Amino acid sequence: MRTLKIATATVILTAGLALAACSPTAEAPAGGPDELPAGAQVDADATISIGSMYEPQNLDNTSGGGQGVTEALTGNVYEGLFRLADSGEVEPLLAASHEMSEDGLTYTFTLQEDATFSSGKPLTADDVVYSLEKVTADDSQSARKSQLAVIDEAIAVDDQTVEVTLSERSISFIYNLTYVWIVNSEFSGDRKANADGTGPYSLGQWTRGSALSLERRDDYWGEPAKNAEVVFQYFSDATALGNALLTGAVDVVTSQQSPDSLAMFETGGDFVINDGESTTKLLLAFNDAAEPFDDVRVRQAVSYAIDDEKLLESIWGEYGTLIGSMVPPTDPWYEDLTSLDPYDTQKAAELLDEAGYPDGFTFTLDTPSYDPHPTAATFIQSQLADIGVTVEINTITADEWYTKVYQNRDFEATMQEHVNDRDLVWYGDPDFYWGYDNAQVQEWVAQSELVASEAEQTELLKLVAQTTAEEAASEWLYLYPQIVVATNAVSGYPLNGLNSQFFAYDIEKSV
Amino acid sequence: MTRYLLRRAVFLVVSLVLASVVLFLLLRVLPGDPANALVAVGATDEQIAAARAQVGSDLPIFQQFWAWIGSVATGDLGTSFVSGLPVGDEVATRLRVTLPLTFLAFVLAVVIAVPCGYIAATRARTWYGAALNAVAQLGIAVPVFWLGMILIVIFALNLRILPAGGFPLGGWGDAPAALTNLVLPVATVAIIMSASLIRYVRSAVLDVAGSDFVRTARAMGSSFGGAMRRHGLRSAAVPVVAVMGMELASTLLGAVVVEQVFALPGLGSMLVTGISEHDYPVIQGVLVISTLAVLMIGFAADIAQRIIDPRLRDRLSEASA
Repeated sequence: MRTLKIATATVILTAGLALAACSPTAEAPAGGPDELPAGAQVDADATISIGSMYEPQNLDNTSGGGQGVTEALTGNVYEGLFRLADSGEVEPLLAASHEMSEDGLTYTFTLQEDATFSSGKPLTADDVVYSLEKVTADDSQSARKSQLAVIDEAIAVDDQTVEVTLSERSISFIYNLTYVWIVNSEFSGDRKANADGTGPYSLGQWTRGSALSLERRDDYWGEPAKNAEVVFQYFSDATALGNALLTGAVDVVTSQQSPDSLAMFETGGDFVINDGESTTKLLLAFNDAAEPFDDVRVRQAVSYAIDDEKLLESIWGEYGTLIGSMVPPTDPWYEDLTSLDPYDTQKAAELLDEAGYPDGFTFTLDTPSYDPHPTAATFIQSQLADIGVTVEINTITADEWYTKVYQNRDFEATMQEHVNDRDLVWYGDPDFYWGYDNAQVQEWVAQSELVASEAEQTELLKLVAQTTAEEAASEWLYLYPQIVVATNAVSGYPLNGLNSQFFAYDIEKSV
Repeated sequence: MTRYLLRRAVFLVVSLVLASVVLFLLLRVLPGDPANALVAVGATDEQIAAARAQVGSDLPIFQQFWAWIGSVATGDLGTSFVSGLPVGDEVATRLRVTLPLTFLAFVLAVVIAVPCGYIAATRARTWYGAALNAVAQLGIAVPVFWLGMILIVIFALNLRILPAGGFPLGGWGDAPAALTNLVLPVATVAIIMSASLIRYVRSAVLDVAGSDFVRTARAMGSSFGGAMRRHGLRSAAVPVVAVMGMELASTLLGAVVVEQVFALPGLGSMLVTGISEHDYPVIQGVLVISTLAVLMIGFAADIAQRIIDPRLRDRLSEASA
């Protein structure tokens, strides 16, 4: 009953094209198991209980709400001008239509006419202007703040029209807008504890540490949700989450993070395990700016000496995907580059010889203390011992990682999971923590944002992916699986959860 | 007695202040900066500096301490670095889970432990007295999380008569559901707590049973039960009350484990999240409230002992918690 990977692969092929056109596309088919069992009666007023490990830190995605707030509220309570569908396509949402000027610097958006906030106020251009300014404000912690800094000015032409001027061309502008919630500019409460969006649900109740509920809006401007209520139940313990699913306390788990507990759901036929595509990459990131990893040959040697496939299998079993670069299959510029990073200890030894380390060397691997990093680090340690390289594992907390590695760049090599899609572009920033400095790559990355078509952008970023892969800028160990587990009684849930989104409005539950 | 109460109150305040200083300093010794939680990936140095200014981690440690202790004194536990929401509100919400859990478990444990301990002492030579004793020994060796998981497997996963965890979204507004959700966690804590209480009750009863005054009472014609009821139990209760106070306090602090196993939104899980996020106001808030609770439990146990035993009333407190 598991959804085949082929299904998601087809979706990816179309993603780039749809993105190029950016025209209104038919709603992507909802995910989940194909259908509810034959003869099952759908309950239109069902309460869907969703189990998750990611509780929001607060309810504002520009104030550090974290991935939990994206999961619970994006697309459900808050909507953007555009939506990143589960398939990776960008679809218009609150923007009924939009136009771009010849020079690519001015965008004019016409808003959906009937859209209202859950407080009842109609959506106006002022709200859009306010929301854009909120994302780029000094104190904003939005994930797309730096990319949206390209906005020079946003003005409300009339109630239904917004004009945005950019300081330079930005091919990803529309895509980046999928991150921007349109909030009510006249909202007077605390956005960290309350929500007022234009989506198919209004916020019900949020009990911190426990659960958050959403209630279907009957006055929603689009197609109403297929269930009456959604309750996100939060867990900090994977076993407790598994028990909740087993006992029927939750219907679906957004992202199963514990490979070991999957076995419970594989037998019996009461549950469906969906293996979707994530954008989370596990990296062995070298400090490309310091010895010994400033030498391409040393980086390549280490990459060749690690058997990624075996590592993935030992951690995730049959789940997960191998990647040869920073690009996950859902990014438009994905191509299979795994052949550039073969498992070849012979070649690795030769490269080390050439680089002047015939007897190997010793380096410290700063390893975040939470799973799966320690396991992966031990694996790497034993693999590199085969080519005479000694790894000293230094376990650190997430917070220490941020200070020591990310801010001070005081490291030789580290492990880290990078969750965002389209984050290949960080290799074009020599000041990023891994210190990869290649003038040609920087040029391509900068250029890729200024081009006029998605095709050109894709072309340039493919070059970036190839070059960084050839130079082993980092060692991309594998792409995490995105596993959604659900009971048989529900269908229509998203499978990929791109950028941690989890659209709940199409979920149906049988009586 | 008034003088004693006054002394005890002063002691309580001084302890609380000292504990605050220690926990404040200990937190600052940890590596890392709480401002990290506030900045996005790719933050510039200016943004990081702004975040440090916002959480106050750029100020000298004394200034940070005074600012915090000043607001705590006025009942304001501050604002979480991470969520930007008031800590006091969240502590209050979460106490609504942790306090009922702890006190229900405590009452249940006492109800189980007192008769069982008495029987284990007075019927030590019968098979059930010995069995009780053995079970109590075993109970002490069992970790809370293990017992919790076993109860989940039996009652939630197999029998399906109780929920495996969680707490209703409506909290106590949905009282039947809230109580149902607390059954297994309360049972878990109560079983573990009663195991050690049984042993204390048993040894206190044995102590008293062998005492001169019980022997004298029996010599004057009283039955053993009568002598124990009239003279013995009151005496035996004094050390048991002290132990109960300690058990109650450690359960309150140890709630974190059982809350984790049963996915309960209590104070313990708030502390765990706060620590992992380096959220000083949350950690400090939870610890100050817990410290206060523990000191007050000690205080209450002290008073209870004095009510039970008149001999203690006239003695000045040795300031034992």
